[in-house]
Amino acid sequence: MNLGTRKLLDRSFTALGFGSIVIMGLALLVVLAPIASKGIGAIVFQGTIEHRKMLLSEFGRGDAEKISKEEASAKEARQKVFDMLATFDQELEQMDFDRQSKYRNSYEQVKSALRGLYGPLPGDTEPALMRFQYGQTRWDKAEEKLHELLYEQKWDYSNPDVIAKPYDVSRAAEFEGTSLVKLFSYVEENLDRMMLPEWTIYWGFITDSSIDAHFFGGIWPEIQGTIFLAIGAMLFAFPLGVIAAIYFTEYARDGFLTSMLRSANSTLAGVPSIVFGLFGLAFFINTMHVSHSKSVLAGSLTLAIMVLPTIIRAAEEAILAVPKTYKEASLSLGSTKWNTIVTVILPAALPGILTGGVISLGRAAGETAPIIFTAAVSVGTAIGIGDVLSSPTPALSWNIYNLASEHEAAAEIRHVQYGMVLSLVTIVLLLNLSAIILRARISKKLKG
Amino acid sequence: MPMALEATGMKKKSNDSAVLDIYLPPERKKIEGGGKPHVVAKNFSIYYGEFEAVKKVNADILSKYVTAIIGPSGCGKSTFLRAINRMNDLIPNCHTTGALMFDGEDVYGKFTDEVLLRKKIGMVFQKPNPFPKSIFDNIAYGPRLHGVKDRKTLEGIVEQSLRKAALWDEVSDRLDKNALGLSGGQQQRLCVARTLAVEPEILLLDEPTSALDPKATAKIEDLIQELRGSYTIMIVTHNMQQASRVSDYTMFFYEGVLVEHAPTAELFTRPKDKMTEDYITGRFS
Repeated sequence: MNLGTRKLLDRSFTALGFGSIVIMGLALLVVLAPIASKGIGAIVFQGTIEHRKMLLSEFGRGDAEKISKEEASAKEARQKVFDMLATFDQELEQMDFDRQSKYRNSYEQVKSALRGLYGPLPGDTEPALMRFQYGQTRWDKAEEKLHELLYEQKWDYSNPDVIAKPYDVSRAAEFEGTSLVKLFSYVEENLDRMMLPEWTIYWGFITDSSIDAHFFGGIWPEIQGTIFLAIGAMLFAFPLGVIAAIYFTEYARDGFLTSMLRSANSTLAGVPSIVFGLFGLAFFINTMHVSHSKSVLAGSLTLAIMVLPTIIRAAEEAILAVPKTYKEASLSLGSTKWNTIVTVILPAALPGILTGGVISLGRAAGETAPIIFTAAVSVGTAIGIGDVLSSPTPALSWNIYNLASEHEAAAEIRHVQYGMVLSLVTIVLLLNLSAIILRARISKKLKG
Repeated sequence: MPMALEATGMKKKSNDSAVLDIYLPPERKKIEGGGKPHVVAKNFSIYYGEFEAVKKVNADILSKYVTAIIGPSGCGKSTFLRAINRMNDLIPNCHTTGALMFDGEDVYGKFTDEVLLRKKIGMVFQKPNPFPKSIFDNIAYGPRLHGVKDRKTLEGIVEQSLRKAALWDEVSDRLDKNALGLSGGQQQRLCVARTLAVEPEILLLDEPTSALDPKATAKIEDLIQELRGSYTIMIVTHNMQQASRVSDYTMFFYEGVLVEHAPTAELFTRPKDKMTEDYITGRFS
């Protein structure tokens, strides 16, 4: 091959490698950017007076005097709407049955949209669920509710070959000729006076308990549960994994049993996590009875079994990477084998062992399947450290799934779900970052 | 091709002995209280699995003197050296026959404590291998292992060992710095100091200068001269000049067999064996 071709090949390969890294970076950006922007929306948003009212009465936070003033002014703005409703109620009663039935359905929708904005309307009975006791707490959601109020959604079935398409019908046109017609333009023009939006940084999203299945409040129980589960898993898996790695590298003789153990370990690393979840349920809870039912303990044990192969493998690699000369030097000074392992080999292998540990910690924090049957519940309060042996806990990974697919009002609280995803991603990223920093520090110390 | 011609010329040269222009040191002093058999090998063989790496060696290593082991690569000289403090235990499938006695005790005896043995027989390796710790901790590692806890005593041992290894002046102001920051030669002297800190009786040096530059090599050789008389020293070397400079006795191994074992001056000037002569005159290596 002549020099020109060789250089060209070299260059094109460099370009290819660089290109693929750029593509990877872009893909990461495409994935992470929406997570970050939408997730931050759970913490930084335009909160309405309803949000401040909720914070004051549920968490005792906020300036009571200012809030009652704001509430009064909002109430004043809303009063006109309530008056219009009362007028229309009377008007409706005087109509004949045909006209009544023409408006009734749409009128109920109008009222329910208004309830979504303001909370219970005058004359409503006190709702049982917390989510109906307050109006819309977020301005972006309030605007959605406004749209619901202004337009009725209908479906276009005219073309039977395609899926029906939704289209909006103005309610103002529907109620043309009644007293209610003024309501729509009034609400549209005065919505900010009625809701009083204000930019809010709601740190409580991270530190508060959730109220009424995540309608209000924060995700602290989930964050705490995730931390408990991940740390619990490491408490079991890390020492066990390091000891197993020491056995494999320093004590085990090469033989049938050892190679069986090794391949078992490798196989274990490839088992789907849902299998670990079922195993955890069958073994730790149903057979060993470590707890009466789901518990942090059972979940931690299951996660520990799941990450064990990774930790063993990482620790093994790290120990094998320690120069043999260290071991020789230590032994030649009259050190025992065990002493050599503890004072020379483990310290030198520490960066690698810790990296494996922290990566496993991140994995334990993010896994869903192993804790479905063993530890996670969808709604709950933060549990005390004393309850970990017997209580289940909410956890980020499981609750993200739950909010996405099983929650009865998933669409209403998307922002909570995004916030949870961001929190989980942040936790895992921070763990990995700390692993990198820790590793760099120890390596630097070892290199001198 | 002058090189090749020279090589063939070498081969054709008749073996009139004493073509040895190797530098020999002035008359070495006799050591008071030395010269007793310290390590004794009797029909001692070392096997790697089936392969007999060292074959039926019989030798007395005399105390307080410096014994050099020379021979071509793969002749078993390192294997023999490492057998003395049982470092070969690390190699699976390695076993021995015959007897190797240290101070009248069987090194491979059933009840021999190899940890205690290694404390008495220190070793310095081919590549400098300080621990990734501070200079102080490197030297103090051995004494600490053997139960010295008092800081003052440790400091004393560290200083003394570094002085013996002729390193004190260079590192006394940075004992807390990582040992891996030292130069190769300093690292190797640190390893000697570390070994001396456990007060061994025998010092095994396994090609201690092969990874060092000439200047650092000279320092290590000087150090061996300093330590001669205080310790029984055995040094494996590829460098015949080095063997002739530093040792009192020389053992020549070839293919696992101890071909000749004699006072260095004698072995290099009047080798008894034809093979020895061929080797030291550079006819093979």
